[in-house]
Amino acid sequence: MPTLTVDGKTVEVPPGATVLQACEAAGVEIPRFCYHERLSIAGNCRMCLVEMEKAPKPVASCAMPAGDNMVIKTNTPLVRKARRGVMEFLLINHPLDCPICDQGGECDLQDQAMAYGFDHSRYKENKRAVSEKYMGPLIKTTMTRCIQCTRCVRFATEVAGVEEIGAIGRGETMEITTYLDRAVTSNLSGNVIDLCPVGALTSKPYAFAARPWELKKTESIDVHDALGSAVRLDARGAAVLRVLPRLNDDVNEEWISDKTRFAVDGLARRRLDRPYVRIDGKLRPATWEEAFAAIGAALQKTAPEKVGAIAGDLADAESILALKDLMEAIGTKNIDCRQDGAKLDASVRGGYLFNSGITGIEEADVILLVGTDPGSEAAVLNARLRKAWLRGGVKIAAIGPEVDLTYGVEWLGNSARVLWDIARGEHPFAEVFAAGKKAAVILGQGALQGPNGAATLFFARRLVEKSGNVRDGWNGFNVLHTAASRVGALDLGFVPGEGGLDVAGMIGGGVDFLWLLGADEIDVSRLDAPFVVYQGSHGDAGAHVADVILPGAAYTEKSGTYVNTEGRVQRGRRAVFPPGDAREDWAILRAFSERIGKKLPYDSLAQLRARMVELAPHFGALDTVGPAGWGEFGERNPMGKEPYALAVADFYLSNPIARASATMAACVAARDGQDMDHGATGTHG
Amino acid sequence: MSHGVAPAGPFEQPATFEFNAENKALADVIIARYPAGRQQSAIVPLLDIAQRQCGGWLPRAAMEYLSALLGMAPIRVYEVASFYTMFNMAPIGKHLVQVCTTTPCWLRGSDEVLAACKSKLGIGINQTTKDEMFSLMEVECLGACVNAPMVQINDDYYEDLTAEKTDAILDALARGETPAAGPQNGRQMSCPEGGPTTLTTLKAGE
Repeated sequence: MPTLTVDGKTVEVPPGATVLQACEAAGVEIPRFCYHERLSIAGNCRMCLVEMEKAPKPVASCAMPAGDNMVIKTNTPLVRKARRGVMEFLLINHPLDCPICDQGGECDLQDQAMAYGFDHSRYKENKRAVSEKYMGPLIKTTMTRCIQCTRCVRFATEVAGVEEIGAIGRGETMEITTYLDRAVTSNLSGNVIDLCPVGALTSKPYAFAARPWELKKTESIDVHDALGSAVRLDARGAAVLRVLPRLNDDVNEEWISDKTRFAVDGLARRRLDRPYVRIDGKLRPATWEEAFAAIGAALQKTAPEKVGAIAGDLADAESILALKDLMEAIGTKNIDCRQDGAKLDASVRGGYLFNSGITGIEEADVILLVGTDPGSEAAVLNARLRKAWLRGGVKIAAIGPEVDLTYGVEWLGNSARVLWDIARGEHPFAEVFAAGKKAAVILGQGALQGPNGAATLFFARRLVEKSGNVRDGWNGFNVLHTAASRVGALDLGFVPGEGGLDVAGMIGGGVDFLWLLGADEIDVSRLDAPFVVYQGSHGDAGAHVADVILPGAAYTEKSGTYVNTEGRVQRGRRAVFPPGDAREDWAILRAFSERIGKKLPYDSLAQLRARMVELAPHFGALDTVGPAGWGEFGERNPMGKEPYALAVADFYLSNPIARASATMAACVAARDGQDMDHGATGTHG
Repeated sequence: MSHGVAPAGPFEQPATFEFNAENKALADVIIARYPAGRQQSAIVPLLDIAQRQCGGWLPRAAMEYLSALLGMAPIRVYEVASFYTMFNMAPIGKHLVQVCTTTPCWLRGSDEVLAACKSKLGIGINQTTKDEMFSLMEVECLGACVNAPMVQINDDYYEDLTAEKTDAILDALARGETPAAGPQNGRQMSCPEGGPTTLTTLKAGE
């Protein structure tokens, strides 16, 4: 443990720490552009210069390993002069276009120029101009502003795992670009916008939309996948204008996927802002009174066992519980949250959780992916798997359709039988798995659908149990969910009761009255129910087949609880109010229950949450993950040769918000090679 | 996007590229110098071989071929190729005239040499003649300061130049001849002008 002195203060830092980190430990702020905690060290901006005793000149603190007995000074005339010089050099070619730059107000260069810059320029020469680069529909470039910190290059290469951004040319003519001006293909590409310390890379959809100081910032939780990434919702007036990641080392570090960041415009499109009732085959606007009356009348005509409810992927736990209580009050057992037909068993909590934990999976030495593409099902988790793989010491193998996961994977074939063989010890990989000290299986939702779903669950459990990977401190059985609502719904028991129908049974004509709580991923073309209520935020698949539409709130418009794939209970906060007549979902259900004389026993969100804790005590402990219960689950059936399908067919279009987003549509067009706003090709210039 | 010498006019990127048998064998020898997993280290010599095979420039297909050959991303190859001024991203003339204008050559009259090239070829710096015979480039020190001023034409150094001697060399090249490389004022290598001034008594072999 090196001990060194920073500005007269003695600090002890872990071995391998840099002088910059030692300075931070001593509470001294060091200006920097190229250095970033989660990227490799480049040492090319020179802004972090400090004075080191016995060194002939200032040293770059980000690249200097902290050593014993070093004496560092950060506030001497030499340091100030050095930093001022560096800043002057950086500003030689940086344009003075802050008033028209989207980074203005949250720009590292702007802030640090205030602290270290001159008040005037000594250069009369022309500034360098750099042509705009194309990086896809998400990233807007103004490369004249680039200071060549190479954070974006390092992010793409190291974290995202797509070597597509690079620095070409050299010296003053060095330019950051993608190969042949192609779009960046990563699902994490938007993070380079946050990383860029200047306004060279900014958000294309958000261009010229707002200034940072106009925005109301709300800390919330993402619902576009089941990781529950920490996000900040920036809203102005009634619109959420952008989504940014928040630091949460336990879940998303400081990255979010492109869908989380850019599907935000979908919140303002195709919204259901008033109730609708189908009259003579046509949906007509109605009042809440009329809508409730229509539902009440239909319910009256239906026998309780012919009533059913399906919870969607974006629903919060509160509204799921309210729906469950309502269905119980009506007297039906036909409820289900597994829209995709995954054969998950709600009775054993460990059987549907990502038990190793999102951070814990980094410790695994053998990982078997089954029927999953983490790159599109949980892009941020995929970056974590890549991080573990880059560090070394982990063998990753996969059963399922071959996709590019950005790390080395041994593909064992795409057939349920491969897993069967491994579980029975009849496959060479069985030995590899057994030899692992911390071996893990990650089951995608794709693996749990189809004829082999229940057996996959069983044999994955057996493989993990038999190899001794379910023990104190380590559980290698992992289910990777794709829906933010799923774990919460399973925790609350939103699955068919005894004799109740599941999703397939309800869709296939088993019920006469179906309540869809934001359920859009079901196959509505096969839906055969005489009366359908759709409660949700977007006019998507479910709303098209509905007889009554109840406008609900999107995740940015309500305070809701979500349980992520590892069982972490997190709470999202409201950033804006729902549009028009739309209401929070639990309140709609509560109001309707009173209307039919089956009043739900809670009048406020606090009472509803108290009931949630009563049902499942872990809802009372926010932001923590405890060990989950373990037991028997799955079905011991022989496995067929059927291939696994992936749960997320299209990353950009996996939920109603994303499907309503023009930005996501542009991403699809760019990926499929139909991007219209991209005129230049590599042969230009 | 491209830097350096401009082509004579619009050009097409060839669709494919592959080393010929001789160059493939040479490439294998170079790659084998590096330990397994470090083949990327061979990128610079391989780019040079590819450029020679393509007649003095690097088509995109060649860079992509090398990226596949060495197992690196195309952008990484492009970064290296664009870093060095010796790699050309567009077709250049048959003779690439590189005039050194760094201080020693400049003191000894590189301005006149450069002016002679410009007027003889009718092009400016970083341009290519319409007949695609000559490209002109200004370069930094090529390490022949003793024989300043000098130009490099393709792989040969022409030293101790004057404007007239430069004209003569360019004329000879235009006629299809190969003028003798080296000092153009009769001196031997970089020995003193007019013969040795020291160690004059020493005989070879003694």
